[in-house]
Amino acid sequence: MGWFKRIKDGIQTTTKDKKETPEGLWHKCPTCKQMLTTEEHAENLWVCDKCEKHHRIGSVEYFHILFDNGRFKELETSLKSGDPLKFKDTKTYVVRLKQAKDKSKLTDAIRVGHGKMNDQDIIICCMDFNFIGGSMGSVVGEKISRAIDASLKKKIPLMIISKSGGARMMEAAFSLMQMAKTSAKLSLLAKAKIPYISLLTDPTTGGVTASFAMLGDVNLAEPGALIGFAGPRIVKETIGVDLPEGFQTSEFVLEHGFLDKIVKRKDLKNTISNLIKLFAN
Amino acid sequence: MATLIEIEKPLQKLLDQLDKAEHIQNESDVDVSKTIKDLKKKLREKRKEIFENLTAWERVMVSRHPDRPYTLAYINAITGGDFIELHGDRTVKDDKAMVGGLGSIDGQSVMFIGQQKGINTKMRQYRNFGMANPEGYRKALRLMKLAEKFNIPVISLIDTPGAFPGVEAEERGQGEAIARNLMEMAQLSVPIICIIIGEGASGGALGIGIGDKVLMLENSWYSVISPENCSAILWRTWEYKEQAAESLKLTGEDMLKNKLIDGIIKEPIGGAHNDPEETFRTVKEEILKQLKKLKAIEPDKLIEKRIKKFCAMGVTK
Repeated sequence: MGWFKRIKDGIQTTTKDKKETPEGLWHKCPTCKQMLTTEEHAENLWVCDKCEKHHRIGSVEYFHILFDNGRFKELETSLKSGDPLKFKDTKTYVVRLKQAKDKSKLTDAIRVGHGKMNDQDIIICCMDFNFIGGSMGSVVGEKISRAIDASLKKKIPLMIISKSGGARMMEAAFSLMQMAKTSAKLSLLAKAKIPYISLLTDPTTGGVTASFAMLGDVNLAEPGALIGFAGPRIVKETIGVDLPEGFQTSEFVLEHGFLDKIVKRKDLKNTISNLIKLFAN
Repeated sequence: MATLIEIEKPLQKLLDQLDKAEHIQNESDVDVSKTIKDLKKKLREKRKEIFENLTAWERVMVSRHPDRPYTLAYINAITGGDFIELHGDRTVKDDKAMVGGLGSIDGQSVMFIGQQKGINTKMRQYRNFGMANPEGYRKALRLMKLAEKFNIPVISLIDTPGAFPGVEAEERGQGEAIARNLMEMAQLSVPIICIIIGEGASGGALGIGIGDKVLMLENSWYSVISPENCSAILWRTWEYKEQAAESLKLTGEDMLKNKLIDGIIKEPIGGAHNDPEETFRTVKEEILKQLKKLKAIEPDKLIEKRIKKFCAMGVTK
């Protein structure tokens, strides 16, 4: 026999009177299951207000957060991927590209914007993970290369927001050479003494880590991001035992000396604009 | 006794016959020199036939041939014995998978760097299968900077299945080490010649691969990933490695066609392992030829050309 007896019925609304909740009104944090309205979630810059998990966002959101009043001029919008190798695995690269475009409404895995950040000019390249895993192909390399050209010409600081699984296998060695291309170009920016801020977000791995992402005058990261060269699965296979707790997180990478600072999303804009002000001296 | 890989199996019978004939020639009074000569000719023809039409995957197999010469063998042969190996990255340790040092080629001092594989099981472990850790890339950079200081050209010999993907490699910044090399090599004021002598896998190869001339030996491969791993990721099984090798366009011919390398160095008939001495001679000649051209270019111009070359790589529309 139970200790309590229910005197009223539970749900009293009849099915007929039940109100439907429209899709997309709520966001559930995948880490702590906290529920937020989509509006609150956006106001909170897509960070969970309970566990502070920084959820993955794209260039649209970053540009909105970082540029003054969300205003910027987009550069190099017409560049599109070719298919130099006529690559085909389970489907052709051309089909993959088309599907990625339809799904993401993007032309490739990076966008470049020029605008003001707290009244200072800045060029920001931002990667989009939902375009073939943010993978780096010729377009990503070329757009970064041209963004650096613009930065050199106008003498304004550059920021790259990395979010990528690494190389784009469907462009094979062309993809590999984008590492060489972007790093070589960055050496020109360094020579011209124009500040380059690298922001590593969840996830930044492979060829992107092994090129421009690690070459910032200042390397910043969002909290809790996965940052590494080899992916955790590959490292685990190599060593054959479980990986240590917190392996390849922003905090781990900071502790080992490869990041200057971990910055919360709400503090990004002010931290970066202050850095640029200090560099300008 | 030479090791034969799958595609070389048709040579087995001829090799056995040659072995027997040579034994008879040496141990008895019977003169079989004509038979030996004929057998050698047949072997040569058979080798030519096999190696003339290799598929991409077969080339990958040849690049990994257990008898294929590795970096130090090239260096020792090319420098004629005056090579002095230099160790350590001055920060953590000496990486055995990455070697380097000073030597001379026909009186010209050069700085060698390159991944080193082991010649037997014990040495393979000692050399970590040619997979360098961050300290390896930092050692290579230290040596390149040293070369720059004394105006000595750099020769980079590439042969790696990839940069090592271990816990400590991650802790010590494998990504940063490779990235730093790419940026620094772009600005190095001395000539850099890179030669892929075996496997050129991904960032691990590129980490010492930014050169004024990037050349590939005929039976080497160079790509963003190994065919096996490519197959595993895209097809979720290793079974499609042949197809992956084909799709990746990783042979010298394809890389040259796509303007991602500057040239191919021919190997002797039957591959580098069939006649290492001949291979060393060809490589040495090629280095001397390229050095002569590169040394005539002013450092600023050299850097500018190098950066421009890499910046032109990629296909967009």
